[in-house]
Amino acid sequence: MTFVKTKIGRRSFIRTSALAGGGMVVGFSWLASCKMTPEEVNSLPKEWFDINGFLKIADNGLVTIMSPNPEIGQNVKTAMPMIVADELDVDWKDVIVEQAPLNMDVFQRQLAGGSQSIRAGWEGLRMAGATARKMLKQAAAKAWEVPEEEITTSMGMLHHKASNKSASYGEMASAAVSIEKPDEAPETIEAPEEIELKDIKDFTIIGTDRKNVDGPSIVTGKPLFGIDTYEEGMLTAMIVHPPAFGLTFKSMNADEAKGMPGIKDIFHVNVYPEGAEKQWSDGGGIPELVAIVGESTWQCMQAKKALKVEWDGPSTLESTASYGDDLNKLLDAPVKEPARKDGDFNKAFNSAAKKIESIYSAPFLAHNTMEPMNFYAKVTDDKALLSGPIQTPEFLEKTVSSVLDMPLENIEIDMTRMGGGFGRRLYGSFGVEAAVISKKAKAPIKLVYSREDDMTQGTYRPAYKVKFKAGLDAENNLIAWYVKGVGTNDDLIFENRFPAGAVDNYLAEKTSLETKITTGAWRAPRSNFIAGAEQSFMDEVAELAGKDPIEFRLALFDRAIKDPVGDPEKNDYDPERYAGVLKLVKEKSNWSNSGDKARGVSAYYCHNSYVAQVLDLTMNNNQPKVDKVWCAVDCGIVINPISAKNQIEGGIIDGIGHATYSQMTFENGVPQQENFDDYRLIRNTEAPKAIESYFVDNGIDPTGLGEPSLPPVVGALANAMYKATGKRVYNQPFILEKEVVG
Amino acid sequence: MATYNLKINGKTQEIEVDPNTPMLWVLRDHFKLVGTKFGCGIAQCGACTIHLGDNAVRSCQLPVSSVGEQEVTTIEGLSENGDHPVQKAWLEVDVPQCGYCQAGQIMTASAFLKSNPNPSDDEISTAMNGNICRCGTYTRIKKAVKIAASSDQA
Repeated sequence: MTFVKTKIGRRSFIRTSALAGGGMVVGFSWLASCKMTPEEVNSLPKEWFDINGFLKIADNGLVTIMSPNPEIGQNVKTAMPMIVADELDVDWKDVIVEQAPLNMDVFQRQLAGGSQSIRAGWEGLRMAGATARKMLKQAAAKAWEVPEEEITTSMGMLHHKASNKSASYGEMASAAVSIEKPDEAPETIEAPEEIELKDIKDFTIIGTDRKNVDGPSIVTGKPLFGIDTYEEGMLTAMIVHPPAFGLTFKSMNADEAKGMPGIKDIFHVNVYPEGAEKQWSDGGGIPELVAIVGESTWQCMQAKKALKVEWDGPSTLESTASYGDDLNKLLDAPVKEPARKDGDFNKAFNSAAKKIESIYSAPFLAHNTMEPMNFYAKVTDDKALLSGPIQTPEFLEKTVSSVLDMPLENIEIDMTRMGGGFGRRLYGSFGVEAAVISKKAKAPIKLVYSREDDMTQGTYRPAYKVKFKAGLDAENNLIAWYVKGVGTNDDLIFENRFPAGAVDNYLAEKTSLETKITTGAWRAPRSNFIAGAEQSFMDEVAELAGKDPIEFRLALFDRAIKDPVGDPEKNDYDPERYAGVLKLVKEKSNWSNSGDKARGVSAYYCHNSYVAQVLDLTMNNNQPKVDKVWCAVDCGIVINPISAKNQIEGGIIDGIGHATYSQMTFENGVPQQENFDDYRLIRNTEAPKAIESYFVDNGIDPTGLGEPSLPPVVGALANAMYKATGKRVYNQPFILEKEVVG
Repeated sequence: MATYNLKINGKTQEIEVDPNTPMLWVLRDHFKLVGTKFGCGIAQCGACTIHLGDNAVRSCQLPVSSVGEQEVTTIEGLSENGDHPVQKAWLEVDVPQCGYCQAGQIMTASAFLKSNPNPSDDEISTAMNGNICRCGTYTRIKKAVKIAASSDQA
């Protein structure tokens, strides 16, 4: 049994009120209860009632559970309610899931990012279910006049064995309402200060395959996504943004475009007026844009072509090619302070029996969510209603409040299912744009980016370079390791990750190059490049040492377990769990027997989870064709295996695809890729034929899963390509075999 | 502007619109059939795939004026109760992640299986190559098409 502090206000209660449909609302007011009086709670819309998990229990036994976090395809909309339902002890088939709106008074961390929804939500969600169950037991004890500890639950039913009494959760909620007197405060049952959580071996829903709750709506084309929003009286808006990074709005001629069919208005907008308080989530938000407002999307697209806008700025802007030179200079320039230093790298390297040095690079990448950026906004004098795909609704609300000069409580934000996130929708400037355009147009609008807008006004994955050096002693032991990372607006290195702690003489350095090309988090930030580079270099070092790549890595983990270098508390990984996934994938892939395939291995830790992969490929016309990937994962308790495997498979295909085919380049500030005809994404025939995923069963609290399978696969791919061709690939995208960033 | 009588999902519907308007926007903006998705607008991603007669076509490149008498089927009209063998296979395999591209994938797969009811694995992959899935559900898509092919009605 696990006991946790419930963090629930003492005024929490079971409050019941009749629903139009005849069901009962059982509200459990959580953290918010310290702020809300019962009267205030009563006046809230029913769907907004609760916290940390909102439960509506109908008298027929149906339970509605709110899913608090944004859904970007990571499937938290299924997994988070599964956790609540398990502790509540109901049958999953009786559960209806609803997406919660933004309500930071009530919910915690309504953000999709860093693969943390489940990890951060785990305890709170369990508590939500367990406390609800406990309070239903309390209600039953009152109603039946029996001791609460004698009451048991199973699958949505309350039982008292001695008196042979039973009631469904719904019936008990109904009974509670019938004793309520109209003029008095609702029947109050205080939430316990401490709550007993299930033993993990008693889970009935967690750890079982539960299909995507939106699956039936997805395969029948129901409106789910922000771009599917069509409200009465709504107009469509599109934008024209500067064609190059570094330019600003100068003037426009909209005479022809304004006269085109369906066009209501065209105007210049100042999205972030002077004094407006921006949040980190505004990312690459462009201050000044031109907005086109019209009746339909197609009409706006036509007007956009006819519109003439002039832009101001220097004649020479930044280019990808020059970044290459600048990043090379940074790689060679001394840094003020090392990020981490153990022993004396230079001394050990200089005296090493064998030495190796390599540089790896990767280009900018666009996120390219399949659903382009869009947002619905209805802004009136005193209210703003926003709805759309956003990973950071809390921060969008703050910026909108500042930009519109409107108090937070007058702004409502609804979260729609997102057609992909990958980090792009952390940066919600498009939501701010929608609000500003709606206000100026004095109409509800849905802002829609064209694919070209989406790809050329990105918050890109930075371009990176990394230099590694390693030295071996006469017995082929790794005695010196150096890493220096540089990137555009980002310094790349996690200095306390492996192999820090496993090498006596270790030196990590990092620095960044400031650029006007806006960059930000892209699925598994930094890890998405450094993992592949590091694991590729690790194979180079293993080969120099004449050792098997897996045995070489295991020996280093063994060192970090038995005799860690430096302060082991500083090391940002657990070497035993790291070694565990490597051993598991070795066994599952039958490592030493690769048949006629070229085989590579890789292991990486990020987002609190450990992943090791073995990848088989054949080269076909000089192009890698991945046959199979085996993947071992330690992310603690797996909530929903069928969906967890989907995340693993998706991350692997995403990683292989971008490392092999994709790049974003710039010339004089102008993005050179605008759409999927010149930006290559991995397609069906290029995906692995098979992926097998295995999870370590260790009962540890769950950690991240949306990102960790992506970073290492780039290393496994590079290592297998080396096996196949005898030539190591250092620069992404691998098919070009040349440096894109320089 | 011109007036068209379009046969969409078994119903004839009248619309007055610019003849160049792509069916994608006729379906979405005018008829609120939003299952057909906007992805790229240049027939590269397949998110907007619909059926014109028995053929899978990219509705973003199909002007409304070229449809004429042909039957248009969208994801909403693929089956009455979401029980087309391809839809059922998609649910069985639990294909979607974000789900945005899946209507297009399903429309491509269902037209393909009509013309090739017993495809090989390579034929499935090749047939599905025009539909991008940014989440990378390709291995599940292949599996689901295979399952749909092995069911009687596909």
